Amino acid sequence: MTHALAPSRRQALAAALGFGLSVEFLGRKAFAASDRALADRKLVVVICRGGMDGLSVSPPVGDANYAALRGAIAIPGFDQPGGALRLDDTFGLHPSLAAVHRLALKGEARIAPAVATPDRARSHFEAQDVLENGATSAYGTDSGWLNRALQAMGPGKARAISVGPTSPLILRGPVEAASWSPGPGVGRDPRLPGILADIYASADPELARALASGLATERMAKIADDDARAALGETISAPGRDMSAQPASAGAARPRPAFRQGLGVARRMGATLAGFMIQPGGPQLAAISIDGFDTHANQGSSQGQLATRLAYLDAVLDGISAGMGPGWRDTIVIAATEFGRTARVNGTAGTDHGTASTALLLGGALRRGGVIGDWPTLADGKLFENRDTAPTLDMRGLFKGLLAEHYGVSRRALDTAVFPGSANVAPALGIIA
Amino acid sequence: MALDRDLAAAIAVTRFGLGAKPGQIDAVKEAGPRRWLQSQIRPVGGADQPSANPPSSAARLLEFREYQRERQAARAAGQHFDPVKFAGKLIRQDAGADFLSRMRLAATTDADFRERWALFWFNHFTVSATKLQTATLVGPFEDEAIRPHVFGRFEDMLVASSSHPAMLLYLDQARSIGPDTAAAAFLSRKGRHAGLNENLAREVMELHTVGLAAHYTQADVTEFARALTGWSISGLDAPDSVAGKFMFRPAAHEPGVRTIMGRRYPQEGMQQGLAVLHDLAASPFTAQHVSYELARHFVADEPPASLVARLKETFQETGGDLSHVANTLILSPEAWSPEARKFKTPYEFVVSAWRAAGVTPDALRDAAILTALGQKPYSAPSPKGWPEDAAAWCAPDAVVKRMAWAQRLAAGHVAGRDPSQLAADALGDRLTPLVAQAISHAETREESLAVLLMSPEFQRR
Repeated sequence: MTHALAPSRRQALAAALGFGLSVEFLGRKAFAASDRALADRKLVVVICRGGMDGLSVSPPVGDANYAALRGAIAIPGFDQPGGALRLDDTFGLHPSLAAVHRLALKGEARIAPAVATPDRARSHFEAQDVLENGATSAYGTDSGWLNRALQAMGPGKARAISVGPTSPLILRGPVEAASWSPGPGVGRDPRLPGILADIYASADPELARALASGLATERMAKIADDDARAALGETISAPGRDMSAQPASAGAARPRPAFRQGLGVARRMGATLAGFMIQPGGPQLAAISIDGFDTHANQGSSQGQLATRLAYLDAVLDGISAGMGPGWRDTIVIAATEFGRTARVNGTAGTDHGTASTALLLGGALRRGGVIGDWPTLADGKLFENRDTAPTLDMRGLFKGLLAEHYGVSRRALDTAVFPGSANVAPALGIIA
Repeated sequence: MALDRDLAAAIAVTRFGLGAKPGQIDAVKEAGPRRWLQSQIRPVGGADQPSANPPSSAARLLEFREYQRERQAARAAGQHFDPVKFAGKLIRQDAGADFLSRMRLAATTDADFRERWALFWFNHFTVSATKLQTATLVGPFEDEAIRPHVFGRFEDMLVASSSHPAMLLYLDQARSIGPDTAAAAFLSRKGRHAGLNENLAREVMELHTVGLAAHYTQADVTEFARALTGWSISGLDAPDSVAGKFMFRPAAHEPGVRTIMGRRYPQEGMQQGLAVLHDLAASPFTAQHVSYELARHFVADEPPASLVARLKETFQETGGDLSHVANTLILSPEAWSPEARKFKTPYEFVVSAWRAAGVTPDALRDAAILTALGQKPYSAPSPKGWPEDAAAWCAPDAVVKRMAWAQRLAAGHVAGRDPSQLAADALGDRLTPLVAQAISHAETREESLAVLLMSPEFQRR
């Protein structure tokens, strides 16, 4: 199948299936130029739950104190076996993040190594809530900032989807967002959805909204899945993109079959999410969660528990990148976590809840450049509360910068509606090309 | 109270219980809805045990140690050993059997308020199978630390939970070692760094007892973690009578007086941690936190403040006697609001559908739908447990998957049944004319049962 034919095939399919969202979207006679551009611009937020260890995601192997603080769980230096994949003199990427590194070499991936939400309680649940609700405290609001961003862009201008059977807080709120996870479709009784829609319409608005959105998404899933299959097929066969071709990861252990299968599923999931987003009228914004980053014990170094989770993250990101196809040039992906982990290894070969961590930024829409934000270093006296990587960049500033530059959301809306009470937090600008 | 007895019986079985089995609402009406609920409070004996011969956590731990030995031996011999495959087998066999027993109990019990009450407390003190070490211990944890105590004193359940091997492993307490102890010095001589792990201390404060509203500090958490050092598990090479069970290790206990939330704890050894747990259990913040969670679970995502206050008062007056707290819940008018505001979690939905259709799950594959709906057996995403609110579960994708599953269940279990009778049996006076009419107008029996299971009054409780 040639890729050039794909968009028209998708349009035809979408129309034939009577897909609600796209019909409505395509039905508008003409787009203003800015709307057209907006429709193409994608933003994917990957939430890494559990407190992802920034010092392993982007190990500062050039920082004089890194190896001593980390002991046995330090990632080795650039040229050592299992060593970090070089970004600059100070920072590398974890060897599991080979796909991210490939993108970084093309200027399509950057790191922000010392970001934190305004929360300092070191509680997963409170910090995840703050990461997602965009407020200054866990109980500040019960809607998510990505949902309020949709609202700020204007009615019907943009749509959103989350991957997984439940709605993450980041997308909860007044604007209905789609959710999708792999599984069997609507079932065999063609009348049932209509009967239920009628009942819900008069008796249960919450169920009515969920059903309507779920049915629309289900129709879209078929198309997205076909696209993902096609995109991954192309990528897998493309020369030079095989992981083992990377010199830096050549020394790493070959993954076991079960492990590799898990990565295949992860890649497929990322590509299918992209498949949704590149459809005409498809969602511009998406949220996806990856958990398992709470590495209190036996965290591992180049290999081990955290390495496995990072390989999974890498596969999801690789899948998104491949699945976007030409749409990648208008895409930004940000992977962020609720907090980082302690700078020192703990008594159980792991790390405890900390403060600042690394956010990964990827996408063809990214401006080429170095590290985002200042590096506080791990020197004596520089650690936050003599314990954690010190935050130098407010997570909200990073998100605000993306919404401002990628979607033109006004500073006023960002300061008050999307991230309430954040007027003192400047958007991090210059990240988008 | 003006509530009609027919409606009260339907609410008792569907909101306080796990959903009506055919004939159950009539029986409860006969017995008296409140009396039926009160009769399920069992201060001695606690909740029912899902299995007649429950496996012990110690036996499961020994089994896990065997697995680790085999893995080490295989590695030493250079043989291929696939831990993912092996763990999958362990989880299917052991945890799978546990979960199946629990599903069968829920689907068949006549004392379903007692079971719901137990499920609430298990979720409050979550241990999850998301960690390989604890994967086969979740069932035993529930049976040993939670079920016996659910109508006893809150403090007893807190101590049982905090000292259970599953919790000690899940929240990394078993390996937390006081930095100034003989154990730390010994490990340090062997070149291994040993130290404090504050995970259990933090979650006990935040999730199990006082909650964030108590405004404790990082220093309080660290001090509590020091007080808990030594709470561990006995070596698996120890005699069978103690192997794999809770053990206090004096050599790992950080010596000294601790100060937590302004109180001094001069006790020595294990007594220090127990004294802190005692004070946490007695804190008004804990009474408030637990009462709020109970009201939220049984009544509404945003529960009436008057109900929370009522439960809190009983909790404080009785020193956290949960049989009295359960009784107060049953006697609170707020809990009997005719409006069903709680959207069922996947487990609640699936169990209630089985009860309505008269189905007893007979294989673990019957639980596959729970994973698809976002509630994988024994695998809560974090120590916070499963979410309670409709916003988490009433998601577009999940509603479509509920609909597909309802059709599959209906297809297998409608032969020879009268759908209108099934609906009356499942919902009693909670069945609305709108849904009753849709059921009677359905084209097939299958369709009518699917409409019942997906109706707003069945999806909510």
